[in-house]
Amino acid sequence: MGRRVAIVGTGQTYHKSHRPDVTSKEMIYEAVTAALADAELAIRDIDAIVIGNMDHFESINYVDAYSVEGSGAFMKPIMKVTTGGTTGTTVAIAAYYHVASGLFDRVMAIGFEKNSESDTTGAIITCSDAIWDRFSYSGAIPSLATEATAYMEKYGATQEDAALIGERDRNHALNNPYAHLQKPLTVADIMGSPMLAYPIKLGDICPRSDGACACIMAADGIAQKLTRKPAWFKAASVRHTYTWFGDSTDYNKGLVSLQRASKEAYDQAGITNPVEEIDVAELYLPYTWAGLKWIEDIGFCGPGKAARFVGDRNTHMGGKLPINPSGGVISTNCIGATALLRVAEAAIQIMGKGGKRQVPDVKNALATGFGGCFWSDVVILSSERPA
Amino acid sequence: MNKAAIIGVAQTKYERRKKDQIFADMVFDVTRAALDDAGLVLDDIDSVVTVSNDFFDGRTISGMSVGDASGGQDKNISTVSGDGTFGAFYGLMRVLSGYQATIVVAHYKGSESDVKITTNGMFDPIFHRLLGIEMISAAALQANAYMNRYGIGEEAFAEVSVKNHGNAQNNPFAQLPMKITVKDVMKSRKIAEPLKLLDCGPISDGAAAIVIADEKIAARGKKKPVWIKGVAHCCEDYFLGDRDLASPVALREAAMKAYAMAGIKTPLKEIDVAEVLEPYSYMEPLWLEGLGFCEPGEGGTLIGKGITTMDGKLPVNASGGALSSNPILVAGLARLIEAVLQVRGEAGARQVKKVNTALAHGFNGACGQSHCVWIVGGKK
Amino acid sequence: MTEWLKEVEPLTLKGQIAVPYAWWVGDVGSRFLVALRDEQKILGSKCGKCGKVYVPPRKNCGRCFVDIDEWVEVASEGTIEAYTIVHYSYAVQPVKPPFAYALIRLDGADVGFLHLIKKDLGKIRNGLRVKAVFRKKRVGQVLDIDSFELIEPLRRT
Repeated sequence: MGRRVAIVGTGQTYHKSHRPDVTSKEMIYEAVTAALADAELAIRDIDAIVIGNMDHFESINYVDAYSVEGSGAFMKPIMKVTTGGTTGTTVAIAAYYHVASGLFDRVMAIGFEKNSESDTTGAIITCSDAIWDRFSYSGAIPSLATEATAYMEKYGATQEDAALIGERDRNHALNNPYAHLQKPLTVADIMGSPMLAYPIKLGDICPRSDGACACIMAADGIAQKLTRKPAWFKAASVRHTYTWFGDSTDYNKGLVSLQRASKEAYDQAGITNPVEEIDVAELYLPYTWAGLKWIEDIGFCGPGKAARFVGDRNTHMGGKLPINPSGGVISTNCIGATALLRVAEAAIQIMGKGGKRQVPDVKNALATGFGGCFWSDVVILSSERPA
Repeated sequence: MNKAAIIGVAQTKYERRKKDQIFADMVFDVTRAALDDAGLVLDDIDSVVTVSNDFFDGRTISGMSVGDASGGQDKNISTVSGDGTFGAFYGLMRVLSGYQATIVVAHYKGSESDVKITTNGMFDPIFHRLLGIEMISAAALQANAYMNRYGIGEEAFAEVSVKNHGNAQNNPFAQLPMKITVKDVMKSRKIAEPLKLLDCGPISDGAAAIVIADEKIAARGKKKPVWIKGVAHCCEDYFLGDRDLASPVALREAAMKAYAMAGIKTPLKEIDVAEVLEPYSYMEPLWLEGLGFCEPGEGGTLIGKGITTMDGKLPVNASGGALSSNPILVAGLARLIEAVLQVRGEAGARQVKKVNTALAHGFNGACGQSHCVWIVGGKK
Repeated sequence: MTEWLKEVEPLTLKGQIAVPYAWWVGDVGSRFLVALRDEQKILGSKCGKCGKVYVPPRKNCGRCFVDIDEWVEVASEGTIEAYTIVHYSYAVQPVKPPFAYALIRLDGADVGFLHLIKKDLGKIRNGLRVKAVFRKKRVGQVLDIDSFELIEPLRRT
């Protein structure tokens, strides 16, 4: 669709629980300057900027206008795209369309959040409809908990099966200097952690982080001059299915949005056997059960088979299809940036810049975003320029 | 730029309070109407851009409330948080990237939130928010800076209010059609000097939608396609004190780019009608200067010279503009819709004669920090 | 379908979002606010590349897009670049109307500083000189400057 587009540079902050030394604007500047350095570009080379966060976490209205000094948008086009947890992938995809359209050659995508500045649950609750959903929906955790219990009941998966996801991702994070949580967690640690909403325990869920991420997309013809191994967009698929939480409660169908978005993404990328053809995946898994359920929805294994697939260490570093070499969302969650970090980390893998977290010989990398009312985005990047 | 056209438009009547409609109701109405106007069905649409703002809606992920109503269920849908002209820009980029038809739909209910509090939220939390500054007092600062730079009197701004409320009498969608005089404006209640009540747009509820399509789908459309000839946007500094409020540099830059894309060299001659976003009266002359329709400082003379009146060389805001109907975010998309109606010849009593090329404009941020300029025309 | 709508009484659900916020001021902002609180001084920062002096101070220059390291003290006096007298009230305002907002070019700064003027509203004009009046009890926020006052005798620059 349109021009071919590749990511030619990424930047991110060292994610932390609190960044008292910077305001949002100043934190954005860190990620932007890091991305420019990675791509060896100056701000004047950037033609347009797309930015996103979740407004109510920082309570800054018109964050695109606010960010100018730090995002480098002075006398440039900047627009704000925001879709909850999927914001980061939505921003990446919007930046992709900016370039694919032919109107801009080098575009920067920025995602950020300073979760330490607000009450996360208080801010998230307002996403549910005030009249019909809000009274019973008390934040992100309960809806995910109901999804988890449905899965456990259907397939007999255990809390330990899910906890292995947490152990895996938290260990992976030790290879990622940018990750927020840098302490390993074992299945036993997770099982011993306080219960929040059955079966979700503290060790099963993601942290809140302050952090920012920036990616630079460039057009075919220009990308190749900027970097040795551009990460080409082969697929960008969005499925924001539901509006009402009540509509999304047939958990026996699985994460419908991810099923559809991944199917469309595989079609776009010409992938028929994901496990064979995808070399690494950065998945938006906000809690451990997602690492079981959703890899079935995305076609990495059959229904009910995830516990075995993960248990056989197919998705650990060194396995057939490593998932979240960066440590994933369970290690770092600056919400507006989180999904963009999945795309950035996928690009880092393709560009060969992963350092200790580099997976060898990466040709195809898959990134997902999740959020809102069980919405999903899927991006597939490749070292191979699309035909 | 590849060819793309606006082939369907719809807007609600703008009102002070739509008490029997939630966001989704308004959005559903205009989405369906825009599809009808385009002669398309929902299956023809492969991409949706909604436009809303979490503060104004009192809802995080504000796009979620209208996912179904905008036709976005199970489609590639995204949300632009900003003026409708920017949302439309994103819709255009999707079409240029290969989608065949995008619906862009914006909604806003001023009746459901407190605009002073929500626009106070635009300002820096550390340095400015505690001062209580919000959209209106910020605009008043800009009006003062503009007047002081060029010696423009308040009466020149009052003329804009008279013209636009008067024009609104021809617009069945407008909230405040009024026959008023300069004296009425000058006597109206002081809000934040130099702005008086009749210098300010009202609080409004409303929604609007457009369908942007590629050449192939445009050929199937029910009505004459309105081609997108040029479009650009640009943003300047954030802190009011960092800017020269009397000189809209970002607008100038966006206009130059849009004109270049459209091949326009003499805007005043080549553009037949303009719809600019002027929720405060002083903004119309100031933006017209930024758009290059006159020299800096001359914006206040355009009405007196009969240039921007309905029978003038370049009628501005034949629809009545945002002074007459001001649903934030929607108002910019409404300017684009009005431009489309003018090119189609469907503007009824507010139709300007022989419109080939029309300009539409919207902005984001306090005092127009970021501007988006659209040039549309009847010729491919 | 729409016939039955006419019989319906439209209800309204009133609600308010109350989410507490605590914004990190950051190192640069903190130094500025601490100087207000402890020294009744107004600090700015100067871009090494373009030489622009920003008040409030910035961590980087938005135009040059480089870090800023140099701190300068600007005067507590300046010139009114723009003003407005506000006649409506709402919860967030620190003082009851009428009062004025002003963009003030402090001596030594290259940009305008946004603040309040509370007295002598009828005498305010563009170009007049004003000086900062600090509160006796200061806590490290922008209202440690209570407001700006016109400097007598009134003269324009």
